[in-house]
Order: sequence, then C-alpha cells, then structure tokens
Amino acid sequence: MLTIDAISKTFNPGTVDAKLALDHVSLTVEDGDFITIIGANGAGKSTLFNAICGSFITDTGTIWLNDRNITMMAEHKRARYIGRLYQDPMRGTAPDMSIEDNLALAAGKGGWLSMVSRRDKQAFRDRLALLGMGLEDRLKQPVGLLSGGQRQALTLLMATYNPPQVLLLDEHTAALDPATAEKVLALTERIVTENNLACLMITHNMQSALDLGNRTIMMNAGRIIDDISGKKRRKLKVEDLVERFKEAAGQALDTDRMLLGT
Amino acid sequence: MFESFADFLTLGQNALELGLIYGLTALALFLSYSMLNVCDLSTDGCFTLGSVVGAMFIVYGPAWFPDSGLPLWFWSVMSIVAAMLAGSLSGLVTAVLQTRMGVQSLLAGIVVNTALYSVNLAISGNQVRVNMNSTFKKTYETVFTESKALLQDTPFAQQSSLFVALAAVALVILFLSLFLRTRIGLSIRATGSNPDMVRSSSINPAFTTTVGLCISNSITALSGCLLAQHQKVHDINIGIGVVTVALASLLIGGVFLRRGPIAVRALLVVVGAFIFRMVYAVALRLNMPTNMLRAVSAVIVVLTISVPHFINAGKRLHRRRQANRERGQAVRADH
Ligand SMILES: Nc1ncnc2c1ncn2[C@@H]1O[C@H](COP(=O)(O)OP(=O)(O)OP(=O)(O)O)[C@@H](O)[C@H]1O
Ligand SMILES: [Mg+2]
Repeated sequence: MLTIDAISKTFNPGTVDAKLALDHVSLTVEDGDFITIIGANGAGKSTLFNAICGSFITDTGTIWLNDRNITMMAEHKRARYIGRLYQDPMRGTAPDMSIEDNLALAAGKGGWLSMVSRRDKQAFRDRLALLGMGLEDRLKQPVGLLSGGQRQALTLLMATYNPPQVLLLDEHTAALDPATAEKVLALTERIVTENNLACLMITHNMQSALDLGNRTIMMNAGRIIDDISGKKRRKLKVEDLVERFKEAAGQALDTDRMLLGT
Repeated sequence: MFESFADFLTLGQNALELGLIYGLTALALFLSYSMLNVCDLSTDGCFTLGSVVGAMFIVYGPAWFPDSGLPLWFWSVMSIVAAMLAGSLSGLVTAVLQTRMGVQSLLAGIVVNTALYSVNLAISGNQVRVNMNSTFKKTYETVFTESKALLQDTPFAQQSSLFVALAAVALVILFLSLFLRTRIGLSIRATGSNPDMVRSSSINPAFTTTVGLCISNSITALSGCLLAQHQKVHDINIGIGVVTVALASLLIGGVFLRRGPIAVRALLVVVGAFIFRMVYAVALRLNMPTNMLRAVSAVIVVLTISVPHFINAGKRLHRRRQANRERGQAVRADH
C-alpha cells in the first residue's frame, strides 16, 4: 500500500519562475489498485511520479510504502520497491548493451561478482517469449537495435522482473503505434493482475483511462480534483470525462486570468 | 631505412614491447572512457604515480627492512602491487570528487592530475629521476631483470622483456573480459550507457563510477610502473601526454570493431597501441625529432575522431549537389 500525505513541491522557489507543481497532494493506493491518471499538460502528473520515485525530495508531506516511511529515501534504494516506465522508450534500457545484459541487470540476482548462468539465460528466454515479439532469439543483440515498441515491452518486462510493490507508468504507450500500444497495454494489464501490483498509469487517452483499472483520478494545477471509482466510474462515459476535464481546464484558465487581472 | 632484417625485427620487438606496456593505459581508458563514459584526465599523473611508487620500491624497498632477509624479487613483485594500489587510491579520489563532492567529471581529473605532480615529487623525495640501472656497487631487480634471469639459458632469452609485457596485457584483458560480465561489470557498462537505468536497477551510479575509476587507474599505474622498469629509470615527466597517446590507441583500435565481444575489442585496443608505436618508431627512423611524439599523438586523436565526421559531411555535400541538380532539372522542365 502506498500512502501519500500532503506532499508539495515548488520548482525554483523564490524566483520569478517559481512554480507550485504539487499542491498538498494526498493519495492512498491499495495493493491491487490500478489507478489511471488524467490531466492537462503541466498538471503535475509526471512530477507526482518523480516525487514517489525520489527524483527530488518533496517540500512538505510524507510518503509511506507498506509501513515504511520513504520520504527521505535515496532514489536508487526506492527503486527496489518501485518500477517505472517513461513515455520515451529510450529511457528504460541501456542501448549499448545486449538484451541479455539488460535483463541481467534488471534481475539483479546474486552478488556483485556473479555472472549470468545458463539457467538465467533460459529464464530470460522464457520471459521474453511471453512478449510474443521474437526477442527470445535475439538475446545477444544490443538493445539499441530494437524498435521503440520492442524496447518499451522489454522495459516493462525489466521493471516487473522482480515484481515491485508499486508500478508507475508515465504515458508508456504514447510513442507507440496503435497496434503495438494495444499489445503493450494488454501485457501491462496481465502483468499487473498476475502479480497483484499497485499500479498508477498516466494517460491522455480518455478511453483507456476508463477501460483500464479500477479507479481514475484527474489532476489539475498540482492538485487531485477528481477521484472516481466503483459504480460511479462504471456509469461514466468518455464524453462526461472530457466534459469534466474541459471544465477543470477552463477553471484553471479563469484563475490565471483573475491573477493577471484581465 | 633498415640496415638489415634483424634490425627491423629489433625495432619491431621494441615497438611491440612499448605498445603492450602503453597498451595497458589504453585498456584502462577502454574501461573508463568506452565503458564508463568518463574522460579521466588524471591519467597522466596516475601513470607517473605508478612509475614513481614502483621505482621507490625497487630502489629503496630492500633498505626499509634491512634485516628481513626478503629476497630482491619480493620487492619487484611488491613494486607492482604497491603501484596498482596507489593508482586505485588516486582513482578513488577522482571518483569521490565527481560523485560525492559535486566537482565536474573533467575538472575532477584535471585537479587530481595537478595535485599528483606534487604528490609524485614528494614520494620520490623531490628527486626528478629515480635510477634503477644496476651499478657495480648496487644491483636492482625489476620484473624485467627477473624475467631475464629466468629465461637466461633458454632460446627465448632475447624476448624476456616481451614476455613480461605480454603476460601483463594478457592478464588485464582476461580480467576485463571476465569482470565486465559480472553484475558489477554490467552495472559499470550501464552507467556509461544509461545512468537512469542503473538507478532503476537499485544500483547507485556513484558506486559503479567509483569502482570503475579505481580499477582503471590501477591499470594505468601498472602501465607506468612497467614502463619505468622497462626503461630502468623513473622520470617525473614520464606521464606527460600519456592520456592522448592512450586515447589515440583506443580510437585506432575502435576503427576495426565497434561492437563485439569485450575480449576482442580489448585486444584491438592493444593492437591500436602497437600500430601507434610502430608508426612512431618508423617515423623516428625517418629522422622525425623525438619531441614530435606528442604532437603526432594529438594529430592522430584528432584525425580518428574527425575523419568519420568529414566523411559524413562529404556525403551531405554530395547529396546537396544532387538535390540542386534535380531542382534545376525540375525548373527547366517547367519552362
Ligand atoms: N525540473 C523542473 N523544473 C522546473 N519546473 C518543472 C520541472 N519539472 C516540472 N516542472 C513544472 O511543473 C509543472 C508540472 O509538470 P509535469 O511534468 O508534472 O506535467 P505533466 O502533468 O506530466 O504534463 P504532461 O501531460 O505534459 O506530461 C509544469 O508547469 C512544469 O513546467
Ligand atoms: Mg508528463
């Protein structure tokens, strides 16, 4: 269970560029929760993920992961419990290294001096076969030679190789063609349900925001403005969501106008 | 140019020995520059550090424990161990500066390099040179004299130095090819390729950078230590420009193969070092002044980097001309 309690973050505080990107955000994610996150550009969605991952330390609030306070924990230490995928397929893998070497790092088994054994290789092949992309026959190829979709699928496999407690997906299918995107989404769903992960997924696709998962939250100007689940969510149609979205964005515009005094 | 074939062989063997010894530094940069993606500018100072530490152990080691009864060969072995330890310590300092103290990577190398000049002088008790040439009064045993004594009555007596250099290079390549396949080795490679991914594998890139620099600098120091013993003298200026020479070798080696098994790529780096030495030896025969070595190495580095650049530029120029011609034809067709 991930518990976020009133976290805030201001970028460039005390300057003209000061930007309140997270404004006392609180959120509780139960195990097995699959939450989709929507919101306009600049709403603070990626910043929320950065806060959870520890890319920066938040200005206020606390973050709990299963009774462990991770507010001040270093980024690479949290990574043990948190898996993350980015919109950019290039970010999750090392292009100069082979598929096998990338997986070996993600698996992270054994001591510092341990090497990939034949058993490990077989395990890698079995997992890769699940992707249905033929990657299991290309273990020795550098990852840089793969297409974006293949790399993203591989990254998904790597991020969940040792099932994390929380999986964060930041528009991870945005750079893929529709068919590949669907494939990667289906794979995501399967891996999440199989391992009963807590999962947060940012998307700009209102349809998948409602289709996938069991809960949808909407962010605006660094705050969570909507949290829809259960019966209400099942009844919700895409149009309603878009309407709600526009309304929120309009409000943001209005407040901006008020601040500017026009 | 060559008086005889034997003369050519001698020249070739000497170039090979030097190529192998300097090739060790190229291998060190193969780890730090090609794998870790850190341009370690402390290389020159670290090379000299290996040289001076080794020389001090050879010359003064026996006097430190006069009653120990330790044989002289013990000190020649210790000289290598101590030089490598000193090198890794210098690598540790460079790494801590850039990973824990916010000093930029290039600057960290430069700063350590500068400091090492004083350190190296201090280690030798402010002697600019430390002589390891045996005299009537005193005998010094280096790894090379050891090897000479061992192979004295065999057909390989002439190649005794070559064997030492070969053994060192073989061991380092073997080590690197195994090490870079371990989990820490893979993490080091990933740090150079995508540090974000290293972090998401729950590994601290600061740690991998530190380990990588310690190892690469210990290899650089080994290289310096062996060169001084090969020349039978340590000189405070022995390391000047070594980083450029090593980079040239690395790049020459990289021309043959960009991707492939680590061991093969490492071997090619050493081949690059040998080619560099051979070119240099021939140029000397053609009466190139000795002090041109560093200028030559600088030119080679620039050439290996910029030739591919110019080839690409040439292709673009060609393509632009072609496009212009096509446009010209289209305009004419309109009229
Ligand atoms: N490192 C940073 N430095 C300064 N400002 C930042 C930084 N990161 C984000 N911001 C600002 O914080 C706000 C929220 O950005 P964020 O990336 O979280 O938006 P987002 O909701 O992910 O948008 P998108 O849908 O476009 O990805 C933006 O106004 C952005 O300019
Ligand atoms: Mg974003």
